[in-house]
Amino acid sequence: MNRRTALAVAVGTALLVLPACTATGGTSKGADAKAADDPSKVTGTITVLTQRTDLVQDGTLKKYAAEFNKTYPEVKVEFQALTNYEAEVKIRMNTENYGDVLMIPGVIKKSDYPKFFASLGTVEERGRKYRFTDFTAVDGKVYGQSPIGVMPGFVYNKRVWKEAGVTDWPTTPAEFLAGLKAIKAKTDAVPYYTNFAAGWTLTSWTFVNGSVHCDPQATTKLAEGDPWAEGADLRVGDTLLYDIVHEGLAEKDPTTSNWEASKPRLAKGEIATQWLGTWAVIQFQDAARKAGVDPDDIGFMPFPAQVDGTFCAVAGPDYNQAVNVHSRHKEAARAWIDWFTDKSGYDRDNLAISPLKDAPLPEVLKPYEDAGVKLIELDDSKGAEVKLIDTESEVGINTPDYRQNLVDLARGARKGTLDDFLADLGKKWTDTQKTVGS
Amino acid sequence: MADTTEKPAVGHPGTRPARGDAPVPAPAPRRARFWRRLTPWLFLAVPLALLIAFTYAPIVNMVAYSFTDWDGVSPELHYTGTENYTELLTRSDLFEVFFVSGYYLAASAVQIVVALWFATVLSFDVRFRNFFKGVLFFPYLINGVAIGFVFLYFFQDGGTLDSVLALFGYHSDHAWLGTPVSANTSLAGVSVWRYLGLHFVLFLGAIQSIPGELYEASELDGANRWHQFRHIILPGIKPVLTLTVILSVSGSLSAFEIPYIMTGGATGTETFVIQTVKLAFQFNKTGLASAAAVVLLLIILAVTWLQRRLVPDDRVDLV
Repeated sequence: MNRRTALAVAVGTALLVLPACTATGGTSKGADAKAADDPSKVTGTITVLTQRTDLVQDGTLKKYAAEFNKTYPEVKVEFQALTNYEAEVKIRMNTENYGDVLMIPGVIKKSDYPKFFASLGTVEERGRKYRFTDFTAVDGKVYGQSPIGVMPGFVYNKRVWKEAGVTDWPTTPAEFLAGLKAIKAKTDAVPYYTNFAAGWTLTSWTFVNGSVHCDPQATTKLAEGDPWAEGADLRVGDTLLYDIVHEGLAEKDPTTSNWEASKPRLAKGEIATQWLGTWAVIQFQDAARKAGVDPDDIGFMPFPAQVDGTFCAVAGPDYNQAVNVHSRHKEAARAWIDWFTDKSGYDRDNLAISPLKDAPLPEVLKPYEDAGVKLIELDDSKGAEVKLIDTESEVGINTPDYRQNLVDLARGARKGTLDDFLADLGKKWTDTQKTVGS
Repeated sequence: MADTTEKPAVGHPGTRPARGDAPVPAPAPRRARFWRRLTPWLFLAVPLALLIAFTYAPIVNMVAYSFTDWDGVSPELHYTGTENYTELLTRSDLFEVFFVSGYYLAASAVQIVVALWFATVLSFDVRFRNFFKGVLFFPYLINGVAIGFVFLYFFQDGGTLDSVLALFGYHSDHAWLGTPVSANTSLAGVSVWRYLGLHFVLFLGAIQSIPGELYEASELDGANRWHQFRHIILPGIKPVLTLTVILSVSGSLSAFEIPYIMTGGATGTETFVIQTVKLAFQFNKTGLASAAAVVLLLIILAVTWLQRRLVPDDRVDLV
């Protein structure tokens, strides 16, 4: 018996010591990834983590790397595609081995950026050339750069909307609803598709923020006020979503909706509208080509709200690329980010907004230019605080749950009224604002 | 189960290491004795190392995290004492999800009865017996993720279920995953379909270990099939039956895979584990989620203990 106790104690102690080893502190905090002067002298093998499994599989990223090697012949680029990017990277970031270049996952607190990533330069210096520097800046230094800018909006089938007799973009939520009703009455299409089951498609309704009142300070307002107060951006967006579902203008059974299948269906005109983003347009056009219908039918329109007679559209960054602070080839990693942002053409290939300030708008936004839609970039200085309030309160403006509940409420699968629902969210949010404190 | 413990007693006492007051004829040299004692540990070393590395160490880690405010990735974590547990126990909304377990519990009851029925029927001489055994066990071999996706199509508006019902002239306009009651019932139905095979095999194995003479003898005494089931099979498989019930209860409390893949917890199908996963990975409250996991572990242990007290694991003595 004695031996057994001794063994148990030994194992027990060993186990208790183990957790202590898992928390390693980053020692190389505050490192810089400087741009090299001479491209031919940059050497090393770098690993790039990406969420674009499709581009790794079809070899597109390899082609980019080959192009990159023309300028930087001594750098070898390897790609690792992660299917469940956020979750997998999060776990890997507990070690030092998380690639040389990676996309900054949403879970990392902004204040922790210097512990995980090498700085790409100061806000001043980068801000002159690039968009979205604000989103990854900590204490005047920038830690990431998004290779593309995205803009939320409604992807719609032009033909169906025309058949319903709506040719101008609706300018108010009421007009938008009227448009959807006309589609329901005059065509066979599903007026609006929520893509409820996928979840993230509902999350994107948060990006309504800013475009309703054309306010670059919309994020600051989230941090300081109630996002669901009367007339607030999120309330306007959520009310529209509620009304769409409540009036029976969405698909019949949202719970079994299917994202992949929704693309060809919209292209063919079986679905009229979806709230997504500019990035989705190319995917729907591809789906149209595969289905043998005209890709030009895919249209893109802004949120139905105007300030002084003009629409507003918010341009924001996609995933930001960053250099691992523990990387042994920071120069090579930096070279990849710079090249990918400036010269790869990744933005054009995706019909996205270029991260370069002086670049022209992509082709798909031509109607935006014609209609005089004003492009704004949100000030993200309070972004970290908003994220903190969001997770602490468990409201989840960046998770699908609350909008799934909203849709359930609208179609009667959940008891309650919209006002109570939004008031409850607002209460949770403002209560947490007090405890989080700034 | 019971007879395995009795066998060693009639084995060969000579080979067992000397213990207690039995006189040892000639003590082996020290070295030999040392090796003899070490041998079982050598055999156990690998499984023990795996068990510690992949089961106990993570659990201890998890318990340690449950006392911190860790977000899952930040290098900084602070000890917060029992704050997470206090939060868990004072927030009633975190326990509401256990109502959903009720659906799975009810489904397990159905599942056990059906599995028992099939196991009994198929343990007698039935035509295509092995074929049916295969059919019943097959779903358990399929990956849970695949099952989730298959059943999403199955329950879709105009999907497999609707088409099959239409074949019988019933044109339903029912969104199977549309309301909390219907969605939970459908999901519980899927889990019955999936785990039926496992329980069926457990029962079948237990039934087949019952000696065949008993049936013959009972038949001579004029027993019918029901009598045989009631007085031979049921008492014969009692330990396995208890085990299955325990597995079902803990499985119902920790249902995860199927609802997570199919609905992601939407429309009132959120179970305790889905909620824990969301706390950890959506809201980055790894500390709180660890505490929730510990609480679930304790609840399951408590339920199991209670069950063992209520239904003690009697010895089976049919012969």
